[in-house]
Amino acid sequence: MCGARVGGRSLDGVDTGAEAVIEGVVRAGGSPVAGAYVRLLDTGGEFTAEVPTDADGAFRLFARPGRWTVRVLAPGREPAQRAVVADTGAVATLDVDV
Amino acid sequence: MSRTDALVDADWVQAHADDPTVVLVEVDEDTSAYDAGHIAGAVKLDWRSDLQDPVRRDFVSKEGFEALLSARGIANDETVVLYGGNNNWFAAYAYWYFKLYGHGDVRLLDGGRKRWELDGRPLVTDVPQRPATQYRATEQDASIRAYRDDVLAAIGTTGLVDVRSPDEYAGRLLAPAHLPQEQSQRPGHIPTARNIPWSKAANEDGTFRSDDELRALYGGAGVDLDGDVIAYCRIGERSAHTWFVLHELLGLPNVRNYDGSWTEYGSLVGVPVQLGDEAGQPAGGAA
Repeated sequence: MCGARVGGRSLDGVDTGAEAVIEGVVRAGGSPVAGAYVRLLDTGGEFTAEVPTDADGAFRLFARPGRWTVRVLAPGREPAQRAVVADTGAVATLDVDV
Repeated sequence: MSRTDALVDADWVQAHADDPTVVLVEVDEDTSAYDAGHIAGAVKLDWRSDLQDPVRRDFVSKEGFEALLSARGIANDETVVLYGGNNNWFAAYAYWYFKLYGHGDVRLLDGGRKRWELDGRPLVTDVPQRPATQYRATEQDASIRAYRDDVLAAIGTTGLVDVRSPDEYAGRLLAPAHLPQEQSQRPGHIPTARNIPWSKAANEDGTFRSDDELRALYGGAGVDLDGDVIAYCRIGERSAHTWFVLHELLGLPNVRNYDGSWTEYGSLVGVPVQLGDEAGQPAGGAA
């Protein structure tokens, strides 16, 4: 198993105390955007992961503790990005407007 | 092999929509995306249930591959165009797999599902009905697949390219960051392997960079473009993407994909492992 699931992997059965989760919703004009591509970039700008958003515009990533950039590509929109800090045992929530 | 033999773009696919000699195949580990919508005329292959042996860790046999393609209505003389999600990782794996079993004309759709969707091109839910064929595969082409003993012999002698993200290479992550990190393998990389993430070969829309950019990328990272190369990642699909770049786009003569990759190597007893951002010495160790 190595591929990304739409919206990101469920937390069911995951030891969240050991994970540094980043999750959120992609919106355009206040409405969720399904099928946007959410890319996780490290501090060097290098790609680390990507998930497509689900029908509710939601995404979830399992990072390591530290600083990250979340960059979003969506059909018909300019790319948008936001910085986020992840911590083990915590869920960092960020919403991105495109 | 070159870019024009191995890669097609979305306009090409739409122009060949009614071409009976072309068959589109969507490949992914999770085929729910196909079920929700796919390119018109495409059949689906499930990376796990169709391409992996259900019991032991290996490919389906030659006879199994023949039965699979026959049932999907794919003929030996057809042009197979592969695409998928996850930046074409599993489509590139299938490309390598089709080559392994000797299919003549295989292409990848540049940018896969992502570029197609970002461009707003049409997707359908109709599943095509293709009459069964009598597909015949060849024996596996051993020149493009590496096994663990090949990799151990390559440490310090042959070009090893680890195509995972820098955090996976260094041992700070055990899997791509869309997956939970609890894994059974040791973290780190094969000593002396250079880290050239698969993603550096692609633009952010999933299309491949130009041949000049790709040559500069691998040459600049110290890969001998005239020498032998073994690529690996975690389960062999991202490294199939890099195998495609090196062998099919750039035409390097001897490139092998180690599909056992880190989920095998990181579980082996007694092999050297290197932690940290440096390639390290053959004996491995902590940075």
